[in-house]
Amino acid sequence: MYQYDDYDQALVFERVEQFRDQVQRRVSGELSEEEFLPLRLQNGLYLQKHAYMLRVAIPYGTLSAAQLRCLAAIAREYDRGYGHFTTRQNIQFNWIELEQVPDILARLAEVQMHAIQTSGNCVRNITTEAFAGVAADELLDPRPLAEILRQWSTVNPEFLFLPRKFKIALCAAHEDRAAVQMHDIGLYLYRNDGGELLLRVMVGGGLGRTPILSQTIRDGLAWQHVLSYVEAILRVYNRHGRRDNKYKARIKILVKALGIEAFAAEVEREWQHIKDGPAELTEAEYQRVAAAFVLPGYEPLPAIDLDFGTQLANSKAFGQWTERNVRAHKVPGYAAVVLSTKPGAALPPGDVTAAQMDAVANWAEAFGFGEIRIAHEQNIVLPDVRKRDLYALWQAACEQGLGTANIGLLSDIIACPGGDYCSLANAKSIPVAQAIQAHFDNLDYLHDIGDLSLNISGCMNACGHHHIGNIGILGVDKNGSEWYQITLGGAQGQHAALGKVIGPSFAAEQVPDVVERIVNTFIDYREVQERFVDTVQRIGLEPFKERVYRAQELA
Amino acid sequence: MSKLIRLVDGQAVIEQADATRIVPLDAWQPGDGLLLGPDDDVETLHLPFADVALIAIDFPSFRDGRGYSQAYLLRQRLGWRGELRAVGDVLRDQLSHMRQCGFDSFAVRADKSVEDALKGLAGMSVVYGRSAIEPRPLFRRRAGEGSE
Repeated sequence: MYQYDDYDQALVFERVEQFRDQVQRRVSGELSEEEFLPLRLQNGLYLQKHAYMLRVAIPYGTLSAAQLRCLAAIAREYDRGYGHFTTRQNIQFNWIELEQVPDILARLAEVQMHAIQTSGNCVRNITTEAFAGVAADELLDPRPLAEILRQWSTVNPEFLFLPRKFKIALCAAHEDRAAVQMHDIGLYLYRNDGGELLLRVMVGGGLGRTPILSQTIRDGLAWQHVLSYVEAILRVYNRHGRRDNKYKARIKILVKALGIEAFAAEVEREWQHIKDGPAELTEAEYQRVAAAFVLPGYEPLPAIDLDFGTQLANSKAFGQWTERNVRAHKVPGYAAVVLSTKPGAALPPGDVTAAQMDAVANWAEAFGFGEIRIAHEQNIVLPDVRKRDLYALWQAACEQGLGTANIGLLSDIIACPGGDYCSLANAKSIPVAQAIQAHFDNLDYLHDIGDLSLNISGCMNACGHHHIGNIGILGVDKNGSEWYQITLGGAQGQHAALGKVIGPSFAAEQVPDVVERIVNTFIDYREVQERFVDTVQRIGLEPFKERVYRAQELA
Repeated sequence: MSKLIRLVDGQAVIEQADATRIVPLDAWQPGDGLLLGPDDDVETLHLPFADVALIAIDFPSFRDGRGYSQAYLLRQRLGWRGELRAVGDVLRDQLSHMRQCGFDSFAVRADKSVEDALKGLAGMSVVYGRSAIEPRPLFRRRAGEGSE
């Protein structure tokens, strides 16, 4: 993992004291709420329905055991004993007192963490996939460039008051697990035949009110240009993005209005002025940062562990967990493990208690190299587990409620906090997620259904990524009551797609039944082992609509 | 006249604004200060800089960040070496960002204390990227240290 040097450490400490002063001035009334608002947002602090919410950055989803223990301590001492992992690989604390925030930030700074730019109209947390550095299909490690971009974007004075929020994601594997196409800038890293590190730059993606997948603005960009090229995009956006309407202020609207060719020409013109200047990244800096991500000291292990084979044969439940929650590792004898934060009704999706966090930190040290990842699906990943330890880890995870064998299944629901917490929400998300999970609580049946992503957002800001769920559920407000619109066919990854609305929306209590009808339609039409999303693609929406709405009339 | 914060040889001083006329482009005469709004394109000004007394960039709201890029361009690309003044919704907590983008004078919003705003000018000691006052990004300065 990247370790702060004196500069990085000084910045977060100074930032804490700066914000402490700003909080004091707000409390004394010297700062108006209007003046304080962007300051607190750029320090991760929202005012929600019941209390302040603090969103802490987990850069590219990577945590050390010590950092996770610090998050557990914050949950215990300043919140109600839990935190919520988000779709931007961050963590949110929902019950925070304004006056305590500087102390919390000071605790975080001690373990090289911060909440800088986790909100506001600025460059947000840089994300990548949870399996960076260990995935078997990885082309190269995206984390050095992610860290370099994190530093470049942190308190970059020119770009702190952009027209709207700005999200950057990187992916460097065959399969895109970082959803790069739904970001303002998506960077796909690869090596050419000569071994040079190149980037495909995509721009103008985003969900929200107007969901758009990004378009390629430049391919084959040499890695040295990454900062200057991103700077050129941001300068064009800062100058020309719309500021008259917050719903039309994202870069995707500017790219759409100009067209990708004209936008690219504008960026190119800007870039020509700055390329090959001091903003160009140096080999020395790349190597300095990359040195922090060298592979840990893996043991030489056989690819096949005989005990593991026996355990698989003896326990069906362990077998199911291994099938869904264990991922291939690039080093023989190792695996990456996904701990599900979606146990069903026990806890809302993404919520993790302080005790669970402490347990995960202990497992990361006992079974790995002390490192933890947060996936954008809100689950926790232990990246380096010896195959021979999988059984022990599984047993421990089950005891802590983190061993549900449902990764990628219907009950592995992505959900935003919704109307229970969020003041932007039109409708609640958590009770709908829990009702669906309660309805589909037969794990064998879920395994038979197979890969099926179900994403819920409580409003069209789309924090729950409903557009790219195979089944997407969007909370809408109709004359003051909560309704849910259903989309089908969304997907993330290399074949990313936006779901299509099936028809009029439903009341909360109808949703589990509607999902069941959708699943039953799939079962009827499914060809051998076909995935849900492929069936939707093949047969279209009509059979689903007919089943859902016809049955509704009869009911 | 109202008070200004000005950087003189890198030192901040508080002084009274002088009587220089500051007007938009269409009213500008040689000797005037030039007032730019956020929609003005700094790259197509075509003014004889020697005749421009100062350039003032208006922040209609402190949340409108276009002035930062305008300042960057004026300093880094267009060669403006004269006074660059932030006017409008100019507040303590943004002064250090403005300074880093190349502003060297600050007409703090009238209802705010200039003396108080001065405390925001220094900002933090670490800036990762390059800026108008430090053209080398931190990674080049870090590397420089390593070779000592």
